[in-house]
Amino acid sequence: MTSPTIDGKAETANVLRMRGVSKTFGAVAALKNVDLDVNRGEVLALVGDNGAGKSTLIKILSGVFSSDSGTIYIDGKERAITSPADARSAGIATVYQDLALCDNLTVVNNLFLGQEISPANLDETAMEVKSWELLKQLSAKIPSVQVAIASLSGGQRQTVAIARSLLGEPSLILLDEPTAALGVAQTAEVLNLIERLRDNGLAVIMITHNMVDVRAVSDRIAVLRLGQNNGVFLTKDVSNSDLVASITGATDNEVTRRESRVHQDQEG
Amino acid sequence: MSNDALHLESSNLDRQDERLDSRSGIKGMIAGGIKSVKDGELGVLPVIVGLIIIAVIFQSLNSVFLSPANISNLLMQSSAVGVIALGIVCVLLVGEIDLSVGSVSGLSAAIFAVFLVNLGMPTILGIVAAIAAGAIIGLIYSFIYNRFGVPSFVITLAGLLVIFGLQILVLKPAGTINIPFESPLVQFGQLLFVPQLVSYLICAALAAGYFVSRFMRSQKRKKNNLSHRSIRSIALSAILIFILIAGITAYVNQGRGIGWMFVSFLGLVLIVNHLLMRTSWGRSVYAVGGNEEAARRTGINVKRVYLSVFVACSTLAAIGGLFAAGRLASAAQSSGAADTNLTAIAAAVIGGTSLFGGRGSAFSALLGVIVITAISNGLILLNLESDVRYMVTGAVLLIAVTLDAVSRRARTAHGRA
Ligand SMILES: Nc1ncnc2c1ncn2[C@@H]1O[C@H](COP(=O)(O)OP(=O)(O)OP(=O)(O)O)[C@@H](O)[C@H]1O
Ligand SMILES: [Mg+2]
Repeated sequence: MTSPTIDGKAETANVLRMRGVSKTFGAVAALKNVDLDVNRGEVLALVGDNGAGKSTLIKILSGVFSSDSGTIYIDGKERAITSPADARSAGIATVYQDLALCDNLTVVNNLFLGQEISPANLDETAMEVKSWELLKQLSAKIPSVQVAIASLSGGQRQTVAIARSLLGEPSLILLDEPTAALGVAQTAEVLNLIERLRDNGLAVIMITHNMVDVRAVSDRIAVLRLGQNNGVFLTKDVSNSDLVASITGATDNEVTRRESRVHQDQEG
Repeated sequence: MSNDALHLESSNLDRQDERLDSRSGIKGMIAGGIKSVKDGELGVLPVIVGLIIIAVIFQSLNSVFLSPANISNLLMQSSAVGVIALGIVCVLLVGEIDLSVGSVSGLSAAIFAVFLVNLGMPTILGIVAAIAAGAIIGLIYSFIYNRFGVPSFVITLAGLLVIFGLQILVLKPAGTINIPFESPLVQFGQLLFVPQLVSYLICAALAAGYFVSRFMRSQKRKKNNLSHRSIRSIALSAILIFILIAGITAYVNQGRGIGWMFVSFLGLVLIVNHLLMRTSWGRSVYAVGGNEEAARRTGINVKRVYLSVFVACSTLAAIGGLFAAGRLASAAQSSGAADTNLTAIAAAVIGGTSLFGGRGSAFSALLGVIVITAISNGLILLNLESDVRYMVTGAVLLIAVTLDAVSRRARTAHGRA
């Protein structure tokens, strides 16, 4: 049950601790007995093949699904997260893989949806100013915050979704493939942001298939395979081949085979 | 840099992206308007065009149509269905429907009449009972919807029959209850017109209210370094609004004037508009209509949103029923029957509220009901029977829904779905 931690502060600094979390969809066991720890000021990369259960785990933490069994501790206290509102009050903010934005609402309205300033008589000016601040911070290339989300590009939408997660000062941020649709500059900006969040003492879980991003910002890497824990590594210690082996579940896998083939081609 | 000039010209926080076209002035407004129509943002344009066509056709066929007396009458006539349509706007915004609003309005009239006439209760108790009945019906609908997930058109179709049955039951044995002429509700529905001076004061208050709210917003935006409207442009709009509504008022005042019932309807439109546009409840209504799952994930209590719109809709239907009872001075088994449902739904859609959810405004109830009442009023003036009226109303509804679907497609093509 002891997983490697960066500085040995271990259990006391756990913002999030999951123990024995399981979830089945009909006959599919999407998660089986999954354990996960995240510390304050740490970026945890959550990796795994397609369908490994990463998004499911994120959705359990953000209250979209409820788990079948298992316990979740936030700041050492057991918390039942049964709705997105629970997750928000527990200080958890999420950027979903499918973004979950309302196409018919403007950028500002999406950013503040569910947490508007002065609900009985909306303070639209304050919300617009705050929106611009947030978007500037992300170097967002969004022409106007008064346009409907439907008129934005995929990457612009992703930026809006990320900006939204920063409102309301969360202590744990869950990012499900946050850089998948972003341009080079915006990806760098998001990675910078993740580092800033970590330096401010937040805990970040980032799902990504991009090993370069994983190497760039994460402190630890947790691998999920077929819905189960398949190892936790310190990013600075783990080799790429070990990581790939853990993700695919074999030392002889597609990736190694391809690499050796490419190697042979170059030699021959 | 080649864009420096542009940046200097508008250094506002929200005007720094060089891709924004910084059209300004009246020319810019017109150009922008044409563009948004092409992109499928039709707004109120089809309604205004439709109203002009209706006015020209009916006026040329019968010169009574545009007479002050007839317009005065038309506004009174539109109020009851207008209030019902206002409720329909709320449910359409979340992408649902209530097909039973006609029956609810009929039941509300029946309850009021029984309380007042048969039980001898004071007017206010009758009104409270009727409105409470509407609210309870909305509660029941939303309970079934939230608990079992039955589609709203089925729930409310069943509700239509049940409530119509209740209405008949309440009105037994006579079938019709006449409400005495002295009743305040009948006075309100038939005789209470706004005194001339007061009517202009209301117009002035509306224009001033517009000016003050826009001016304050503009000042606040200016202070925060956001783009803002100039005081001149706001004042100009306010003056135009005053000229328009005071002009209509002056014209109608040559007849019987503007009824308090219509003013009440307008007041309800403004209140619902504020709730929809300027409160977080309104935002959540649009959000649920646009993407229910996304709304849920932001922590919005989606079930409560459905509950609130169903209750708002049937409560407004009950109020509309009271308006109608006052106007007809009776509650009958036929009250709210037949075409009330479809007229109210048609009014909301004709006014520009989308059947697909997430788009529309309280003002579409006002505009739509005026269009539909104008058509039916014009056809009555031509001595055409209800057969033609139904067919014409049906055709207009179809046109409005088609426009809605087509402009939705255009929006998708232009990335504004
Ligand atoms: N709502 C759902 N209903 C039924 N099955 C689901 C649902 N969501 C996920 N699953 C199943 O759970 C398993 C894990 O899915 P999940 O979305 O968590 O994978 P993932 O690790 O995020 O994959 P990817 O890298 O492709 O995003 C899959 O087998 C999937 O079919
Ligand atoms: Mg996923």
